[in-house]
Amino acid sequence: MMHSSDIDILRFTTCGSVDDGKSTLIGRMLFDTKSIMEDQLQAVKSASARRGMSGLDLSLITDGLKAEREQGITIDVAYRYFSTNNRKFIISDAPGHIQYTRNMVTGASSSNLALILVDARKGVVEQTCRHAFIASLLRIPHLVLCINKMDLVDYNQDIYQSIVDDFRNFSSRLEVQDVQYIPISALNGDNVVHRSENMPWYQGTTLMYHLEHVHISSDLNQIDCRFPVQYVIRPRSEKFPDYRGYAGRISGGVFRAGDPVMVLPSGFTSRIKSIGLAEKELEEAFAPMSVTMTLEDDIDISRGDMIVRENNVPQSGQDIELMICWFNKRALQSDSRYLLQHTTHEVRCQVKEVRYKMDITTLRRIQQDPALGMNDIGRIRIRTTQPLYYDSYRRNRYTGSVIFIDEQTQETVGAGMII
Amino acid sequence: MFSYNLDHLRELEAESIFVLREVAAQFEHPVLLFSGGKDSIVASYLARKAFYPAPIPFTFLHVDTGHNFPETIRFRDEWVKELGAELIVRYVQDSIDKGRVSEESGIHASRNALQTTTLVDAIEELKVDAAIGGARRDEEKSRAKERFFSHRDEFGQWEPRNQRPELWSLFNGHHRKGEHFRIFPLSNWTEIDIWQYIKKENIRVPEIYFSHERDVFVREGNIYAFSDFVQLGKDEHVSRKVIRFRTIGDMTCTGAVESVATNLEDIIREVATSRYTERGSRIDDQRSETSLEDRKRAGYF
Repeated sequence: MMHSSDIDILRFTTCGSVDDGKSTLIGRMLFDTKSIMEDQLQAVKSASARRGMSGLDLSLITDGLKAEREQGITIDVAYRYFSTNNRKFIISDAPGHIQYTRNMVTGASSSNLALILVDARKGVVEQTCRHAFIASLLRIPHLVLCINKMDLVDYNQDIYQSIVDDFRNFSSRLEVQDVQYIPISALNGDNVVHRSENMPWYQGTTLMYHLEHVHISSDLNQIDCRFPVQYVIRPRSEKFPDYRGYAGRISGGVFRAGDPVMVLPSGFTSRIKSIGLAEKELEEAFAPMSVTMTLEDDIDISRGDMIVRENNVPQSGQDIELMICWFNKRALQSDSRYLLQHTTHEVRCQVKEVRYKMDITTLRRIQQDPALGMNDIGRIRIRTTQPLYYDSYRRNRYTGSVIFIDEQTQETVGAGMII
Repeated sequence: MFSYNLDHLRELEAESIFVLREVAAQFEHPVLLFSGGKDSIVASYLARKAFYPAPIPFTFLHVDTGHNFPETIRFRDEWVKELGAELIVRYVQDSIDKGRVSEESGIHASRNALQTTTLVDAIEELKVDAAIGGARRDEEKSRAKERFFSHRDEFGQWEPRNQRPELWSLFNGHHRKGEHFRIFPLSNWTEIDIWQYIKKENIRVPEIYFSHERDVFVREGNIYAFSDFVQLGKDEHVSRKVIRFRTIGDMTCTGAVESVATNLEDIIREVATSRYTERGSRIDDQRSETSLEDRKRAGYF
């Protein structure tokens, strides 16, 4: 562990099938970066001993809730933290089997990188393809395929190479920009944090080196200025009788004091008078900063409005096409109505058409079955009660994403990515 | 391409402020659970930044066990006054007097678990629909699965299987009458992030976080403050040590560490090189392997 304060954050998600060694890999990363504390280590040692193991079972480091231990399953996405001299890491550890689409989509939505595990003995399997598809659908900018358990195939280069070829072949049909292939043994620590001496034929970096150095500063859209207004600050105090501040998190682009801006949906224009946070004024602010903005003119602005640049406005409309992941037992059907949350804006919508359901193993589109059940992914068209101001998800993850809420149960039932 | 990049503290700050503003926008009766510990201090500090120059739109709620460090209570009152916030205190003693809970007995007696009833009662009484807390996911394994917006049923209980997926930065605060949310804006912060931020922003914290001399006793290898609230076992005796507290809970269950860290730089160095977790010396977590998980399910913070 380190204590420099000038580091950035890499968020990554781990995916693998049961027994691919995902827990062992996470345990290995935490252990080899000395992120496991003495009291945690003692707990793992005694748990390993209870299970009749002589050494340390690293997979027990990520052991979760009581119900999970009792049933030997993982229920939900768990978050883990560690840091090195260069970065702070946030791992969203999604279980591989139960509810895996929902969990992986959740973990993937905020990740810079996805780490997909493959068992060297089994190669690219159905689950690998599903994970890669979801990573590409959620547009995780960086992908690492870890070919694990190399120790069980005698660290054989040909096996590694054929898995790499298989995955390349499959992923050529997906939109993934940056893929790294790393042969590892999580159990023995080869190429995780320390370079392996068993695979001299591998010239690439270790997993940890890659995680520490992958370039993420251009993962966010710093071109199209988007500021969804989250909250209007009106103190009405003696000191600030007429102050009106617009609070929010910048979803894209760079805003500067003095910039001409336009407010949607009203279309009124003004200039940024100040931008900052609390007493601190900034010259410029960019995604993903949370700031408070004031404008030169008194315009009626409320939560759900969006401040943009006049010469670069988002798309708008009530008929929206999207890819959707469905999370609920009650299937999504044509004509169903839902609440839709988009940036800080909430509207109602009706599903007009389910265009197709995706078979995410074969990447085939299934057109004859119009209902989307739990964990299904498909493409739909909706109509909203009011216009949305949006970008395609491909262009901006934050102005291009929505969640669906069931009005009766109030639950989040689906996640959509605008095409 | 631009190369705009935030360092980790500014990114965490931006995320937490977004969450706090979402609470103000989505809920009618939000409260901020304030204990006077470093995490709730940072949460309230961020709330001030989020809504400046308007006052913080959350009432502060403290569930007072009556077993707090006097230094913490003094700090609490000063801090709340500085922020201009309104503080509501609900006492575990009142829950005991009303017969809602009964006091534990014996040398391991603690009021820690009793807080849950007082808290859930206060949430009902004040019609709270969102209770903001300073809990972090790195603290404990059952916290590792918490949401930012954590749904609680009408009995205040946490059901890990029934939590809502949280995607991008879209938080669904819709709920039925009687249900509420616990909100954890500091979910992604670690102990060292908190200290680095306190140093960077020059935030005041109670003096018991820094090294000082105190009457203590040792129990099962951990050092505890001696006070009127504890009962010594027959082989236990009081001694004087130079210590500090890494975490602040009740005097009866918060372990100290021997330390000469007198300033924030010392603390950061100490936390960075420590080989033990922050909650490693909290008796309340050590009652069983799933102690915190069980209390969370029942409605604990």
